[in-house]
Amino acid sequence: MKKLMLGNEAVARGAFEAGVTVASSYPGTPSTEITEFIAKYDEIYSEWAPNEKVAVETAIGASTAGGRALSAMKHVGLNVAADPLFTVSYIGTNGGLVLVVADDPGMHSSQNEQDSRHYAIGAKVPMLEPSDSAECKEFTKKAFEISEEFDTPVILRLTTRVAHSQSLVDLEDRQEVGVREYKKDIAKNVMIPANARPKHVMVEERTKKLAAFGETSDLNRVEMRDTKIGIIAAGISYQYAREACPTASILKLGMIHPMPEQRIRDFASKVDTLYVVEQLDPVIETYVRGLGISVIGKEKFTLLGEYSAQMLRETILGEKAKETKKAEEIIPVRPPVMCPGCSHRGVFYVLKKLGLTVTGDIGCYSLGCAKPLEAIDTIVCMGGSITAAHGMEKARGKDFARKTVAVLGDSTFIHSGITGLIDVVYNKGTTTTIILDNSITGMTGHQQNPSTGFTIKNEPTRNVDLEMLCHAVGVDRVVIADPFDVDNFEKVVKEGIAAEEPSVIIAQRPCALIKKAGYTGLYVINDKCKNCKLCMKLGCPAISLTEKGPKIDETLCVGCGLCPNVCKFGAIERVEK
Amino acid sequence: MNIMIVGVGGQGTLLASRIIGAAAINLGGDVKLSEVHGMSQRGGSVVTYVRYGESVASPIIEEGEADVILAFEQLEAYRYISYLKEGGSYIVNTQKTDPMPVITGAMEYPADILAKMEGMGIRVTACDALSLAKEAGNIKATNVVLIGVMAKHTNISKEEWEEAIRQTVPAKFLEVNLAAFRLGYEA
Ligand SMILES: Cc1ncc(C[n+]2csc(CCOP(=O)(O)OP(=O)(O)O)c2C)c(N)n1
Repeated sequence: MKKLMLGNEAVARGAFEAGVTVASSYPGTPSTEITEFIAKYDEIYSEWAPNEKVAVETAIGASTAGGRALSAMKHVGLNVAADPLFTVSYIGTNGGLVLVVADDPGMHSSQNEQDSRHYAIGAKVPMLEPSDSAECKEFTKKAFEISEEFDTPVILRLTTRVAHSQSLVDLEDRQEVGVREYKKDIAKNVMIPANARPKHVMVEERTKKLAAFGETSDLNRVEMRDTKIGIIAAGISYQYAREACPTASILKLGMIHPMPEQRIRDFASKVDTLYVVEQLDPVIETYVRGLGISVIGKEKFTLLGEYSAQMLRETILGEKAKETKKAEEIIPVRPPVMCPGCSHRGVFYVLKKLGLTVTGDIGCYSLGCAKPLEAIDTIVCMGGSITAAHGMEKARGKDFARKTVAVLGDSTFIHSGITGLIDVVYNKGTTTTIILDNSITGMTGHQQNPSTGFTIKNEPTRNVDLEMLCHAVGVDRVVIADPFDVDNFEKVVKEGIAAEEPSVIIAQRPCALIKKAGYTGLYVINDKCKNCKLCMKLGCPAISLTEKGPKIDETLCVGCGLCPNVCKFGAIERVEK
Repeated sequence: MNIMIVGVGGQGTLLASRIIGAAAINLGGDVKLSEVHGMSQRGGSVVTYVRYGESVASPIIEEGEADVILAFEQLEAYRYISYLKEGGSYIVNTQKTDPMPVITGAMEYPADILAKMEGMGIRVTACDALSLAKEAGNIKATNVVLIGVMAKHTNISKEEWEEAIRQTVPAKFLEVNLAAFRLGYEA
């Protein structure tokens, strides 16, 4: 049966068919749906881990115990999991171990544009890159076979356009591979220097064997057509090359580390002009040049963003872009915004009003940096908010901490914020931290996390009590407050920053898009409105300014009840929908 | 055939693309569909590409290549005019949603968008899909009204579109959605 499947769904299907036993992941666009789809298969144990390092380590444990195991993450997630990756490369596997990493060229929803292929080279593990959903499924299964045959973890690399495109996939049955025997094996599994030294020798040997495998494997393939132009490409770039240059010859690499030297030499010798088409860094190109082969790459193609078929037509074929119609005025941009009813809106309204320095973090609340709130000073990486505020205090002194707060979400706090809070307590900082507890991992599309009380399969479980956790690491001042009660929230924030000790404020209100929020009805502006425009300061997409003053859009209002709390004239009233 | 769907996150563009995908598969050829998730619920500008035919390589539709553009909102229609193929058709929902620069007063919502598009020689089919969806019984069916309007501009028959809706929409919303489709088709 052929089914239209998202690349991510096809990876999940591949894991199912490959007989995977355990999947542990942390969400991150564009990888999240892989594990969400895996969770629909009862044959696979699946979980959301607190972060990517924990997820990969859990997968390693499952592999060591003999099960096939998978962990999926976005590109920056692999940074977090890099530590176990580099050493499990030495250990190898028992049951197959596959890490799926999704890069985001063009940064559709990421804070940087890193190229994960460097990790495969650095950690000396094979990396496969599919170019459509059918290959997503096929390569996932191949990855497990390679992992077991060559005793190595395998990385499957996706990019946004492969992960989030749908194409046709043939479904097959699950192979019941079972769980392999587990035997205690200290020399293999205990990485102390004495054991790691011989293992490093094994790793170098393994890379040679994998390279030899790549010379004959059908993961790599040559499509000989006209020989004037030859293109080496992998992943989505292969599709762009086919689209733009249907008559050119293509060496399509499915395994992008290690690379097949002889096949590249052969291909290069058969074509007149050789191009490497790869988004982001010149990884393939550098390898090809290292073989002494002359090739056109990054001198013609950018290091930045996504490629397109049109770009290849222009660069390779010299075709001009089509004339297209253009508007003669500037069209206002439509950036993503906090949703109507977003629980974070009240927090940023107060922080902006108080004019505080705000160290931010990664989540829906990152949007607090945008107009009209513009209430965030810094964002680096997940968990980077509390530590940034702590560093600022240590550089500028305690007085600076009296007008600084760190903000981060519940999922982010558990991911890697808690270690920063421990740093504050241990090193006598006085940072104020606001945990935006909206009872869900919002940004990535509503995943459960350890603080929500539910598992990936929505089964009830023990939840981390954030208040108790903060107390346990040594924060005495922990206050829970509703961010929509703006007057009280302002008071709580002022008290928090005034205190010369670490403070945590847990801003509790569910994400407006989850059931728990339970909003009904909507709000309208009545004739008591004095047109003071204070409600406009909230930056709610449901409130816009008309000639007669602010107006609430009935199709957008969710009835959250924040705007009546900031109106000084009682001009915003609730009506039933 | 290249169909693009443009709109504002949260408007139900994803369901529309699933229906188009289902209709395209039923034709028996190759299909690719591409969308960027993540920001879809956050009110940003969203684009989905659907391509079908004998063989499809790239999942992306580029400037000047769309046979049909289905716009869920006027400003978003205006934003993507460069993607329409010469002679292609533009289906535009007349609904307007202010983007943040307009809400904050930094910019104005462009006036007379549909007239300007027609003035540029674009074939525009405008439709008040929200009102028709209300008539069908649920404002959430706006997306399916628009599919109905678009259906006439494709090489897929009315019956095939209805079949795709049956395959895609949950049973309890099927009647509303079929009614919405027919209102759009007859509009
Ligand atoms: C290392 C890393 N892993 C994953 C992500 C993807 N990501 C961005 S925000 C986010 C979660 C945010 O959840 P939460 O902190 O609860 O805030 P919310 O979005 O609910 O407001 C995730 C997983 C990332 N940016 N970096």
